[in-house]
Amino acid sequence: MEREPRPLPSETPRDRLPVGRGVFLATVAGGVSSLLWGKAVWSRVSGAVAPVAETLVPVLPSSGWRIYSVADHLPTFDAASWRLTVTGLVGSPISLDYGALRALPRVEQVSAFHCVTGWTVKNVRWAGVRVADVIGPARPKAGAHALHFVSAENPYHDYLTLEQARLHDVLLAYEMDGKPLSRGHGAPLRLVIPEMYGYKNVKWLERIELVPSVEDGYWEALGYDRDAWVGRSNGYGT
Amino acid sequence: MTRYVRRFSRTERAFHWTNALFFFVLLASGLVLYLPSLEVAVGRRALVKDVHFWTGVAWPIALALVALAGDRRGLLGTAREIDVFDRDDLRWLAGHRRAPQGRFNAGQKLNAALTAAVTVLFVVSGLLLWLGERDTRLRFASTVVLHDGLFFAAIALLAGHLYLAVIHPATRHALRGMTVGTVSEEWAAHHHAKWKPQ
Repeated sequence: MEREPRPLPSETPRDRLPVGRGVFLATVAGGVSSLLWGKAVWSRVSGAVAPVAETLVPVLPSSGWRIYSVADHLPTFDAASWRLTVTGLVGSPISLDYGALRALPRVEQVSAFHCVTGWTVKNVRWAGVRVADVIGPARPKAGAHALHFVSAENPYHDYLTLEQARLHDVLLAYEMDGKPLSRGHGAPLRLVIPEMYGYKNVKWLERIELVPSVEDGYWEALGYDRDAWVGRSNGYGT
Repeated sequence: MTRYVRRFSRTERAFHWTNALFFFVLLASGLVLYLPSLEVAVGRRALVKDVHFWTGVAWPIALALVALAGDRRGLLGTAREIDVFDRDDLRWLAGHRRAPQGRFNAGQKLNAALTAAVTVLFVVSGLLLWLGERDTRLRFASTVVLHDGLFFAAIALLAGHLYLAVIHPATRHALRGMTVGTVSEEWAAHHHAKWKPQ
């Protein structure tokens, strides 16, 4: 075939195919349509793809985590000077150092973490303490119906009702996947509330204030929902 | 003495390097936002996010300005060349690398078409990420998956492009076509037999 004289180049319509625009339009259409199916497909294949990718390129976001922050620098944890304080409407304000925190009853759980921007990390192994075990000794007053979680990352803060903080899987976590919480994940202590989007899971926690009612936290002041239930808030599932 | 022929006009080169400049600023700022290790090391997320977003907004505007200020007819002609595949292009894609090629070979045409599509999708999904933070009606769970996927697609295209332009002995001569504008007549006759340089 190669040796046959070729037909005269390029002038018949069949010989001038608009492949370039076809590839361009098909790629754009496929990409735009993925807004409808992208996450569903990725959640099926990521279990197989992500571990391989992370092995080949170890700096890739491990198992899908992104590190979000709002201040210029991430807070640095110093075990000697770190304190968690419980203040506000309490009988006796308390201040826990890192050793005292670790001495509280330890609980472990495996839960998924959902970000409001769309990414999800499944099967995160957390260890930490229940909120009640931290605030109980401070003797909350009858007028306290909500908790104000204040981060060392100024000006980040957020609120939960006492009822929400009592959900069975709400945790103040100091370990993630078997290791002490890393700096990017909020060392040494963060709030974990799996049923709500990540922005409610305050990192670098340094103060819990008992207050009469819930107000706007950092993201709520920018238009996000106070009740950030996964799948039924912030425009999802509504 | 080597004779040189003009392969890329000043407008084409300005268009290419403008695209490259914006792409690399977006890549660098995007990596800081995306990779946990860089985010922890660099911080200043709000600033990096602003740089990333506004560079992305300026990207298509800058390309449009280059086209408007330069030889737009020439660029339209280039787009037409990239669009049209003849039988030799299809044979080239099927593995017959001796099939005579025009100013662009079929692989270069595919790369250009895919790069243009990825650019459009980057801008659309990036705008949706930004708008979705402000209006829940424009917030889709898959936007971030698309933007991340485009990143990996763009890295693959870039890696292939850089390899062929800088490293691969048979093709790296083409780099001077995009820097000074000319390539050797002999190289052109061998790699782009159907191209008739003016």
